[in-house]
Amino acid sequence: MANDPMKQFEIVESAELFQIAGHTISWTNSSFWMVVSAILIVAFFALTTKRKLVPGKMQSLGELSYEFIANMVKDTTGVEAMKFMPLVFTLFFFILAANLIGMFPYAFTTTSHIAVTAALAVFTICVVIVAGIWKNGFKWFKIFAPSGLPAIMYIIIVPIEIISFISRPITLAVRLFANMVAGHVMLKLFAIFAAFLAAKGGIIAVGSIVPMFATIALVALEFLVAGLQAFVFAILTCVYLNDVYHVDH
Amino acid sequence: MEEQAARYIGAGLAGTALIGAGIGIGSIFSNYLAGALRNPSAAAGQRTNLLLGFALCEATGLFGFVLAMIILFA
Repeated sequence: MANDPMKQFEIVESAELFQIAGHTISWTNSSFWMVVSAILIVAFFALTTKRKLVPGKMQSLGELSYEFIANMVKDTTGVEAMKFMPLVFTLFFFILAANLIGMFPYAFTTTSHIAVTAALAVFTICVVIVAGIWKNGFKWFKIFAPSGLPAIMYIIIVPIEIISFISRPITLAVRLFANMVAGHVMLKLFAIFAAFLAAKGGIIAVGSIVPMFATIALVALEFLVAGLQAFVFAILTCVYLNDVYHVDH
Repeated sequence: MEEQAARYIGAGLAGTALIGAGIGIGSIFSNYLAGALRNPSAAAGQRTNLLLGFALCEATGLFGFVLAMIILFA
């Protein structure tokens, strides 16, 4: 049993695969659990392909999931943005599956590493930039200069807008990373309290019921946070994609 | 001062960012509840914005936590 709440995030390399520019790419516990998430999502949606006109239980679950994301994209960005629906859908379900898998004992939370969340966030913002320039040409850079301001204000507003745009991938990545790390560290901490108190034996061991209840409450909170962070990542992607289609804010 | 002692103090100071998170989350939920008690039928429509606002506010507080972890362990 690790006594250190941070040891649960350690990456364990199992097998070396190949080398790129002096860095070794290996099969780690993180890659294993990412593959498990992907297989779970595919299996979940494979179970929903009965395709009756009046849907049964599994099929309506699949349809509800699709509609949830489709409505989110349409309400936030507009009907033209349904092209990006596969991206938002994949992001939402991958992050949701990765977060929920991390809630199981002895499983590893892949999104608790900044490398994973930064890759997702940087990819999303790159899609936004490339799509914006593809669709609007260089007029897309007008998002940094909103219309309707007196000319002198642009000297202040444009740098502020550029900085706030650059902070988007950073906050996207760090939000998911920090929520996952904080949640799991808290869980581990309260579990360690319960274990220590129980190990003392005698009358003190009865007191271990308090951190145990706290751990149970935290597990409920962490399930909520797992779903919520996936939802927030997806809806912020939709909001940033709004900039592609509506350059005039 | 030793480096480890300075790390502990720095991590403790960085954790004070969570004060802002607490106030912000309380503010968001209190405004939602006040509005929901006045106009219950409109409350359900705003639940998406409530959760979005909560997550964004929590994120700002957790940036401070991440800073504390970086100071302590890196």
